[in-house]
Amino acid sequence: MKLITAIVKPFKLDEVKSALQAAGITGITVSEVRGFGRQGGHTEVYRGAEYRIDFVPKVRLEIVVADESVDSIVGAIAEAARTGKIGDGKIWVSDIGQIVRIRTGESGVDAI
Amino acid sequence: MESGNIAWVLVSAAMVLFMTPGLAFFYGGMDRGRNVLNMLMMNFYCVLVVPILWVVVGYSLSQSPFENDFIGGFDNAFLNDIGILGEDAGGTLAIVAFLGMFAAITPALISGAVADRMKFSAWAIFVPVWSLFVYVPVFKWVYGGWLGQRGSIDFAGGTAIHVNAGIAALAAVLVLGKRKGWPTEGHPPHSMPLVMIGTGILWFGWFGFNAGSALAANGQAVQAFMNTFLAAAAAGLAWVVVEWLRDGHPTNLGAASGIVAGLVAITPAAGYVSGMSPIWIGLIAGVVCCSAVKLKTKAGYDDALDVVGVHFVGGLVGSLLIGFFANPEFFGGSFMEGIFYGGSAELLLEQALANGAAIVWSFVITFGLMKLLAVTIGVRVDEEQEATGLDLALHGETAYHSGGLG
Repeated sequence: MKLITAIVKPFKLDEVKSALQAAGITGITVSEVRGFGRQGGHTEVYRGAEYRIDFVPKVRLEIVVADESVDSIVGAIAEAARTGKIGDGKIWVSDIGQIVRIRTGESGVDAI
Repeated sequence: MESGNIAWVLVSAAMVLFMTPGLAFFYGGMDRGRNVLNMLMMNFYCVLVVPILWVVVGYSLSQSPFENDFIGGFDNAFLNDIGILGEDAGGTLAIVAFLGMFAAITPALISGAVADRMKFSAWAIFVPVWSLFVYVPVFKWVYGGWLGQRGSIDFAGGTAIHVNAGIAALAAVLVLGKRKGWPTEGHPPHSMPLVMIGTGILWFGWFGFNAGSALAANGQAVQAFMNTFLAAAAAGLAWVVVEWLRDGHPTNLGAASGIVAGLVAITPAAGYVSGMSPIWIGLIAGVVCCSAVKLKTKAGYDDALDVVGVHFVGGLVGSLLIGFFANPEFFGGSFMEGIFYGGSAELLLEQALANGAAIVWSFVITFGLMKLLAVTIGVRVDEEQEATGLDLALHGETAYHSGGLG
């Protein structure tokens, strides 16, 4: 089992969600986050004074999948989230030790 | 007073009261999210304490007897001798209420300068003491006192309110010091929509502020209303155009700041200028104030939300422009003509003198009051409170419980 974490542009969330649903994913956790990567931040000007905004808003998706689905799901996210411009985000995959469905007590791949 | 006039003065009074929450949102939106409630409370506190002070002694000392040069007396203290019967029919009481709203919003203007770092206990004492020792005498000098008698004019409070509070704001921040991190660390507005709704409320209320100052439902009130409409639009337009050309974007904050600058500038002139004059006054105020807000970083005083750049400079610009644009013939009035209407420079000189007197008195007394508070109870929150945010540290409240990193 793997945890796929993706950081994407907020306005791309709907497209990524649709792509994941089309790929058969039944559960996603989404959070609003801020940070910076190569894109860096941006500058805002208020009454002529410049303010540097370093942390730009992004959306973080977390999805747990079976090992064999990893490549196709990562591909689906990347495809849907790509604009080709700087700041499109990142996807990383990590191992997870255990997963439990709270309602039924099922564990492992059955609980995904 | 005639019933139509009473009706207009009462409606105007309620509109002016509404300006204080408008100002609170205008400032509060520009503040950081962790200090917004402190800003709202500093403003609302003014409408808690000043009305009481006003009826106890404020009105009497600032208006009664009207002919006194420097300060009134105690004839109308505790609303003594102000009835609702006879020919007056409550007209005087309506004026007491109307002017009380002005008294309440004037110290509130100063809150924008001291934002993010002033102890609320110090503010709680500052407001009534400042009202009594700065607002009341300056108001008296301008309306019925020695400045008014010499020939200077101030329709709705350019000198008595905006220049007065604006220079007091400068004196206050010189004692209070800079916010931690200013000017290297930025403090962008936490909620521009709040700023815009505050601006809308201010503009709406300002029709009562200016047109109500005719103290009658008459032609002068109508012209003041029109002037209030046009000057704010022109100044907002001017500010946006300047920053669009200079900084590259037409911003909401620029529009809001310009509107307020225009409203401030037309305040002293509203009942004395006509035709296209309010548009010129607005355009000039918009351009001048848009440049003036940059002075603070050059001069090194931390006027957090630009009370000096907008209210002091805007009020001074409007008051001095009366010297050029005053048109007594249009109003059938007995005030002096401005330079553009065949007058000499005398009115301009009187306007300069009146503002000079208000500036000196307000600056000196405010500076002294802040120093006195600084050495007794202290005026500044400690570093930890400033970092935590004044909402939680001073009021035990949080503005936004919706989560996020805000």
